[in-house]
Amino acid sequence: MSQKTHTPEDELEVAKPLLVPIKRRSFFMYAGATAGATALLLSGCDDDDNNGSNSNLIDVGSGDNGVLNYAYALEQLEAAFYTQVLGGGYYAGANAAEKQIFLDIALHEKIHADFFKTALGNNAIPALTPDFSAINFADRTSVLNYAKAFEDLGVAAYNGAGRFIENPAYLTLAGKIVSVEARHAALVRDLLSFNSFITEDIVDFSTTSATARQEKSKTPAQVLESANLYLASGSKLSANSLK
Amino acid sequence: MDLFKIFSEIEKVDPEVYERFDTRRRAFKHMAGLGKKVTAATLPGLLGAMFQKAYGQTTTLPAEIVSTLNLALQLEYLERNYYATGLSTAGTVPSADTPAITIIRDDEVGHIAALKLVLGSQAFNGNGTASTDIDATYFDYTAGGKLPNPFGTGNTANFYATAQGFVDTGVRAYKGGAKNLMGNKDILQAALNIHSVEARHSSHIRLLRRGGVAVAGDLSNLSARPKSWISGTDGGGPVPAVTAPVYGAGSPAADYPAEDNVTQATINVQSNTTPPTGQTITAAAASEAFDEPLDAATVKTIARNFISQKGRNFGLFA
Repeated sequence: MSQKTHTPEDELEVAKPLLVPIKRRSFFMYAGATAGATALLLSGCDDDDNNGSNSNLIDVGSGDNGVLNYAYALEQLEAAFYTQVLGGGYYAGANAAEKQIFLDIALHEKIHADFFKTALGNNAIPALTPDFSAINFADRTSVLNYAKAFEDLGVAAYNGAGRFIENPAYLTLAGKIVSVEARHAALVRDLLSFNSFITEDIVDFSTTSATARQEKSKTPAQVLESANLYLASGSKLSANSLK
Repeated sequence: MDLFKIFSEIEKVDPEVYERFDTRRRAFKHMAGLGKKVTAATLPGLLGAMFQKAYGQTTTLPAEIVSTLNLALQLEYLERNYYATGLSTAGTVPSADTPAITIIRDDEVGHIAALKLVLGSQAFNGNGTASTDIDATYFDYTAGGKLPNPFGTGNTANFYATAQGFVDTGVRAYKGGAKNLMGNKDILQAALNIHSVEARHSSHIRLLRRGGVAVAGDLSNLSARPKSWISGTDGGGPVPAVTAPVYGAGSPAADYPAEDNVTQATINVQSNTTPPTGQTITAAAASEAFDEPLDAATVKTIARNFISQKGRNFGLFA
């Protein structure tokens, strides 16, 4: 337990500078210098948050199908993670309470992933190949830290994607799932450190502002920067139309 | 027309102009969606619409958004006063749990502030003046004597039992209200960001109720030892005679099913799922994987159990 493990937070921080999208302010500076207003409006806003110059990304698509595929992708990632947890050394030796918790979560995530696959039908993105080489499935701290990272990411992702949903039924559906992810996240955090179900890194701790005590949601581009760290080459994602 | 010049001019008087448009990125998306219909002739009108979105504080909120947020605000008052009273009544909250209940109380304080900022003069204030603070005297946390006193020494279990009913009602209410907010994406996002915080509260309260991190949920006695997620209808919740509606169907039931629902968008999610090797998808797991929304009328019916005569006179949850 005293052995220093690679934490997901370390990796997420490390990855960020590689994928900083062009700032909107400088975008206007560039665009304004040469382009007429019409050209700017017709073509200038389509590709500013391009997810790096890497080809080989799977784009989740646009509109409600894009949002559903985005959710499907994240649920695939989570389902694959917990399925590996169930087969790993930590789970084999866990106490009864933690066995129940991780079996439940593994089933919930698989239920979510298979639901989206069926709901999307022919519009679904392909099955993704994860890359969990950084994770030690025999080590409780490693498993819990990654579980926390995936759950918090999932909550921030659903919250940030709600604004892109056009069909009210899909918004409700996303709401039905995100609160379950939040329940997972809070419990995994409490397992790591009691009373850490809500901390300042995920919730705005102001009690007076317009975003007071609200979860810090993330844009698809922000979420995929993190998620792509755990997807194999060829399974990494972009969401170029969700912005 | 040079759009850059326009922004540059505005920046002289409003340095935040770029940020305003950045947080209103849908304005751009909307215009891009119009595609080739944009011509030099139509551009000025579109720009006008875009600026109105970026600076738009002038229009009043649609009635549906106001009523949805005002129901949320009243639920937040119900909760804030509950946790505040628990914290201020000696013996209610064990010292090990004081940090958690303080976080939850402060979350509700923040949610009230944020909701009031959005609602402005339209924030619910009953028959009172705009400055009225809706305090604990407007509520009856024994539900007219149907529940035991949740406050004071010896009442910790009662305190958490009733708290679970409140948090789970809150989660279902925000979920049911979200679609009403789709006309204003920023308000929608704020509500979603509150909704998940409420769900985190529920997870923690349930953990406390079953006895902490070392105790498993008890599927044969979910009222006393719930999981951190809602399993089936949770045996009717902590005190079924009062809390069963918190986990039951709303109206219409087709849109607001009970928490034991396993059909999502016409898909039976129990039979649809291929379980991990060696595992089975139970109806319990299928129901746990999805929380269910609740309609405003049903939420109000539940909440009205917890208002005092003063609250009733004031028009809470009417």
